[in-house]
Amino acid sequence: MDKLLLLGDEAIAQGAIDAGLSGVFAYPGTPSTEITEYIQGSEEAKNRKIASVWSANEKTAMETAIGMSYAGKRALVCMKHVGLNVAADAFINSAITGANGGLVVVSADDPSMHSSQNEQDSRFYGKFAQIPTLEPSNQQEAYDMTRYGFELSEKFGTPVLLRITTRLSHSRSGVERKEMLLQNNMSLPGDLKQFILLPSIARKRYDGLISKQIAFREDSENSGNIKFFDGKDKSMGIIACGIAYNYLMENFSEEEIPYPVLKIGQYPISKAQIKKLYNLVDSILVMEEGYPIIEELLRGYLDEGKPIKGRMDGTLPRVGELNPNLAGRALGKKVSTGFEIPKVTKPRPPLLCDGCSHWDSFEAINAVMKDYTPGRVFSDIGCYTLSALPPLESINSCVDMGASITMAVGATEAGLVPAVAAIGDSTFTHSGMTGLLDAVIRKVPVTVVIMDNATTAMTGGQDSAAFGKLEDIVKGLGVEEDHIRIVTPLRRLHEENVKVFKEEIAYQGVSVIITRRECVQTLSRRMKLKHAKKGLENVAQ
Amino acid sequence: MKKDIILSGVGGQGILTIATVIGMAALSEGYQLKQAEVHGMSQRGGDVQSHLRLSSRPIASDLIPEGTADMILSVEPLESLRYFNMLDTENGWLISSINPFKNISNYPDLEDILAEIWKLPRHVTLDADQVAKDLGSVKAANIVILGAASPYLGLKYESLENAIRNLFAKKGEAMVELNLNALKKGREMAEEKSK
Ligand SMILES: Cc1ncc(C[n+]2csc(CCOP(=O)(O)OP(=O)(O)O)c2C)c(N)n1
Ligand code: SF4
Repeated sequence: MDKLLLLGDEAIAQGAIDAGLSGVFAYPGTPSTEITEYIQGSEEAKNRKIASVWSANEKTAMETAIGMSYAGKRALVCMKHVGLNVAADAFINSAITGANGGLVVVSADDPSMHSSQNEQDSRFYGKFAQIPTLEPSNQQEAYDMTRYGFELSEKFGTPVLLRITTRLSHSRSGVERKEMLLQNNMSLPGDLKQFILLPSIARKRYDGLISKQIAFREDSENSGNIKFFDGKDKSMGIIACGIAYNYLMENFSEEEIPYPVLKIGQYPISKAQIKKLYNLVDSILVMEEGYPIIEELLRGYLDEGKPIKGRMDGTLPRVGELNPNLAGRALGKKVSTGFEIPKVTKPRPPLLCDGCSHWDSFEAINAVMKDYTPGRVFSDIGCYTLSALPPLESINSCVDMGASITMAVGATEAGLVPAVAAIGDSTFTHSGMTGLLDAVIRKVPVTVVIMDNATTAMTGGQDSAAFGKLEDIVKGLGVEEDHIRIVTPLRRLHEENVKVFKEEIAYQGVSVIITRRECVQTLSRRMKLKHAKKGLENVAQ
Repeated sequence: MKKDIILSGVGGQGILTIATVIGMAALSEGYQLKQAEVHGMSQRGGDVQSHLRLSSRPIASDLIPEGTADMILSVEPLESLRYFNMLDTENGWLISSINPFKNISNYPDLEDILAEIWKLPRHVTLDADQVAKDLGSVKAANIVILGAASPYLGLKYESLENAIRNLFAKKGEAMVELNLNALKKGREMAEEKSK
């Protein structure tokens, strides 16, 4: 078969389709979004009727996938690393229930925080849940390991975590496909009580999970996802996890690598494999993208064994993404540096687009808030977070999805009145609704601005679950109808809008202002598609 | 054969189109390829870059090591400066348009930017916007730059032409012609300058 040129994300998607997938469940998040988008765009997936509608958030995605697995079919869940925090309750408990149909969870980490609030390492979650975790180093492995993940999941009746990082997610290379497997037929678990985590059952299930740990380690040993390469120079051995292996090998593209290397692509790792390397060499260099997980284990509390080098002793930087030069320096190689970046170079930070409705929403908020002392606008995650930067500088917080409303509630309880929450439509249905219910129950003077641009813009314009439902949701949660206001954020309506904001911010209860105008990027894409369609019709006539 | 190329520009300027054309051409000649793109935040008028690696042998890293790039191919002059550290000081070429994209208030003087580029031992700079406009549409400016880079890519010119034909086919014959002309004009100008 011809090789396909695929992003790491797309390789995972194709691998899942070919492994007999029946449904992908996900909420968008960089750098994981392209997995689901690829399946949504795939003709094969359409023909195979693979479910691929976006979920409201990562927790609902995870639970829906557990449901599909319960019914015997193969399910894939995709999210960015912080999404796994949202899905954690379902995720950790799925390790206890176990899987029936294959269940693979992809978490895409973002070291260096290219577009995230933190750089947490999802491998910890694999260890926390005590389930097998796979970590590909390249696009082909991303494809192969996704397929293997489903096999592993059904072999041991366990969910499997697949961890990637930004660079692999968004880098393209040739991928060879293997034969397409059939989807599973529907079949319920043999034990219909398996998924009831009452303590009496959960204890048994948990014992089962613990007893599988040896088998998990044995599988890591035998799957071929951990490879040992011997080398002549025993002064140092190298452990390289996931994509770090590529950076290591880049430094030996012209020569054979002299050191013994253990390449790791599956966890948990057996003691035997680590010990084999350890006994062979005088010191060990650990290269891993993310937290120093293996390194910390090797050092232990006392760190009194052979010298260990890695992120904890400064051989590699403690934080951020790895790259070939950092690897080269850690290996003691001479690395080139190129020309100096000229002093005239200026940064070019991202900006809200020209004509974006968020400009007008925040101009209105700024106009009203200048009458109060600063520090009262709690915000959230989306394009609108760019309002933190000049020239707007409107907001005072961005912590996790949904936190704008709940933080504003907490601040008013502390006496900060009035407080404003500014949240996007997709973020609102992701995690804002429950917070608004809290606000209504507490009867606090909070004004919630829902910026409804009819899409999930930040991640590239996916459908928003809130579309056409916002007023009903807000009403249903108990906000008084008189205090649900809808405005059109446009420059020429600025004065009118400021008046509405002033009234509601002064109101001593919960009010919601929906600022509604479509994202100009999705609008222009929609118009282009419409024209293209018209063009085709004209040709047809 | 091994070519490591940094593509740079501002979100929406079409550097991924350039990458796709080079990628298709390279694959048609049987080379291996890795291409790291930037998605997410940076698309809203921020800086974007892509690492494109072509080789006749397997490629390990998705990222080009600092100081080893054979080329910086930039559709915006300020953006080309950002990756000077990536360029191989012995052999690297910098190919850039001289058309500034000003969406920051402290955008440096264009003269200062060009002075820095012209200090490099190997560079081609051209008014890609004007060339593309003269050919019919400023949209083809990215392909003009690609044309200017084409003598140094280590790929056959016909492979690039074929890639453009395939990539733009669904947009109609006029778009194919425009971009083929842009490629040709860019190449002629680069060859003219290196004489
Ligand atoms: C838990 C979690 N999931 C996903 C993301 C990625 N993410 C950040 S903002 C955003 C969508 C924002 O959409 P919306 O609230 O409608 O605002 P817009 O960008 O459209 O202005 C997403 C999916 C995240 N940061 N955290
Ligand atoms: S993508 Fe849409 S929501 Fe985001 S900044 Fe641009 S116009 Fe605004």
